[in-house]
Amino acid sequence: MTTAADSEVTSDELMTVAASRALRDGAVCFVGIGLPSTGANLARRTHAPNLVLVYESGTIGAKPSTLPLSIGDGELAETADSVVSVPEIFNYWLQPGRIDTGFLGAAQIDRYANINTTVIGGDYDTPKVRLPGAGGAPEIAANCDQVIVIVRQSTRTFVEKVDFVTSVGFGSGPGSREKLGFRGRGPVKVITDLGVLEPDPESCELTLTQIHEGVDPDQAREATGWPLAVADDLVVTAPPTPEELEVLRDLLATQKRPGQS
Amino acid sequence: MPLRQAVANLVRDGDSVALEGFTHLIPFAAGQEIIRQRRRDLTLIRLTPDVIFDQMIGAGCARKLVFSWGGNPGVGSLHRFRDAVQRGWPVPIEIEEHSHAGMANRYAAGASDLPFAVLRGYVGTDLQKHTPTIKPITCPFTGEQLTAVEALRPDVGVVHAQRADREGNVQLWGIIGVQKETVLASERSLVTVEEIVDELEPLPGAIVIPTWAMTCVSEAPGGAKPSYAQGYYQRDNEAYRAWDEISRDPDRFGQWLEEEIYAEEGSRV
Repeated sequence: MTTAADSEVTSDELMTVAASRALRDGAVCFVGIGLPSTGANLARRTHAPNLVLVYESGTIGAKPSTLPLSIGDGELAETADSVVSVPEIFNYWLQPGRIDTGFLGAAQIDRYANINTTVIGGDYDTPKVRLPGAGGAPEIAANCDQVIVIVRQSTRTFVEKVDFVTSVGFGSGPGSREKLGFRGRGPVKVITDLGVLEPDPESCELTLTQIHEGVDPDQAREATGWPLAVADDLVVTAPPTPEELEVLRDLLATQKRPGQS
Repeated sequence: MPLRQAVANLVRDGDSVALEGFTHLIPFAAGQEIIRQRRRDLTLIRLTPDVIFDQMIGAGCARKLVFSWGGNPGVGSLHRFRDAVQRGWPVPIEIEEHSHAGMANRYAAGASDLPFAVLRGYVGTDLQKHTPTIKPITCPFTGEQLTAVEALRPDVGVVHAQRADREGNVQLWGIIGVQKETVLASERSLVTVEEIVDELEPLPGAIVIPTWAMTCVSEAPGGAKPSYAQGYYQRDNEAYRAWDEISRDPDRFGQWLEEEIYAEEGSRV
């Protein structure tokens, strides 16, 4: 076991802890694999023991003891309150707005938090880079009460205009979501390795509201492909507590054991 | 019926073939038998074209891919899939791209013998610009704008399940994905199972697909590996990680194909 004092906090750990803190106890959370799943499982083991984890594989109320590698690991089904089919998870659970928080990643994100996970460069039929595609994201983005995006910040990712809109954030700005008839409020936080961005209440434009310890706001500006707005009352992220770090590192260790599934 | 014979009887060149299993119960043995029988020009349909479709695409079975998320779950990219889309290797591949919600609804519509399904989805995305099977529709009762997706009616639907009885009634449990919808939406269907038992013991959460709703049931122990079959074996996460290296280089992939797939030719009867 590692203790918090043993080593420096990595940016992955910072992002995961920030994601965990964004989840309130008792919330129903639609979880994707990777950092979101780690963050949600960390939250369930620290401040949010009643967090309900829903995976798109149809497992509702999963309580995994180890970190899953995929959204459909056996551990999720075995520990779930209910296991439903894929049509059911999307039609009966996500679509009617029963999920509070959805997590999304992004290969590209723009100032209105629109997300691309489909193609980069070239045109759609002959892209420079073919990415995995939509998965559950377009409907998660539209139908969850709120969305949290977790993504590393660089000019490659934070672009003026996404090459392809896979999932809608705030479309072309204020009023877009209402016009499209979306149920959910959209992205409330974009958690990066440098800080946290939140949509401006009036312009919907992503604004740096929180910065991680030791990061200069100029670093965040330089890592953004548009002139990044920075909040006047910029908050410095409270460093991970020893408890958060210890639980997180124990969790990650469960994934690395040989033969683990 | 032995798997080799079932595939030979059911799958023809040019067919649309759905292979489903959402992380769990992925029909690897059946997919690899399709490669072994060198089927060509298939339209391959699957929500998550992961490692099994990467193998089939790399082997040149596919002309078109209908899907919603193409990656190696928890690992990264599908290199054979990317090579096919980005540089037409080994053959150019056409794609028809959806979201999971859309694909799930398309199967449900097919199973219900409806021409389309309705959902709140795709609105504001670029997917609707590129995918002709996504169209806006107005609710005849409220006037609300919704989205219609065309039903999926594959020529062949292939799924894996835990077990069947001697009559061919199939039982599966755990993550059930879109297995039932796939069987019921398809013109012909093939279900591979871990084992054939005398009697299907009831289990919490298990579903049964009656024998008369399927075309063919084949025993294929371990037929979902390296994915998993709840109650039988666990997901081989190492194999998914290893696939990244095997599939990255076309020559290395070619060698894998010879050694692991074609070398077995005729041995599986």
